[in-house]
Amino acid sequence: MPIKIVVTSLLVDDQEKALRFYRDILGFELKHDIPMGHHRWLTLTSSGDSEGVELLLEPDEHPAAKPWKTALVADGIPATSFGVEDVQAEHKRLAGLGVAFTQPPVNLGPVTTAVFDDTCGNLIQIAQRH
Amino acid sequence: MDLDRLFRALSDPTRRRMLDELAERDGQTLFELHVRLISWHGASLSRQALSKHLQVLEEAGLLRTEWRWRSKHHFLERSPLRRMWDVWMRPLAEAPEKETSDADQDRRDEPAGR
Repeated sequence: MPIKIVVTSLLVDDQEKALRFYRDILGFELKHDIPMGHHRWLTLTSSGDSEGVELLLEPDEHPAAKPWKTALVADGIPATSFGVEDVQAEHKRLAGLGVAFTQPPVNLGPVTTAVFDDTCGNLIQIAQRH
Repeated sequence: MDLDRLFRALSDPTRRRMLDELAERDGQTLFELHVRLISWHGASLSRQALSKHLQVLEEAGLLRTEWRWRSKHHFLERSPLRRMWDVWMRPLAEAPEKETSDADQDRRDEPAGR
């Protein structure tokens, strides 16, 4: 069996706040929430895809994490990218929920992308393939 | 206004494209500008190289930066372009008026070969 992508992670400044953003605003579904010392093993999956790839919301406690995240945000560089069917519609929906965009939907030929702030120290790109 | 600095800043095709992209959508982050240059112009430059180009344009006064939350956005500054045009390019580009101006008269009064 080939090696599979099972978990991918994002470094967040506050797991509880991140859960609220990724579950309640973006619409992902909670998969695991397991206490681990001061923190949690906290993963979510795409809506309606509970057996799919898990997004791990991992604490950004390492001293190098914050300078790295800050530098990416300063240059507008997203930490990761998620797929959507309709970027314009998602932009409208998320902006309506108070999400701040650093880049509104921009057509880049094969994809249209937009970039927003996840409130946990990251920028996130959403992309629609044409 | 430093004309030499402005012309140096504009002498590079990548920097001119960057200004075109900002004219298309003002207030872009480095990331967005980079993606646009790669997508639309087939540019193969690194983000570091782009960052240096941005610095040259900013030092020439052709763009300004503004922090919004924690991201840096870049805005086109059109006034140096207008001043370049007014101060040097327009006088050169436009045909002289029929009536002799004072400046022309002064010139004619000067001894030849001066």
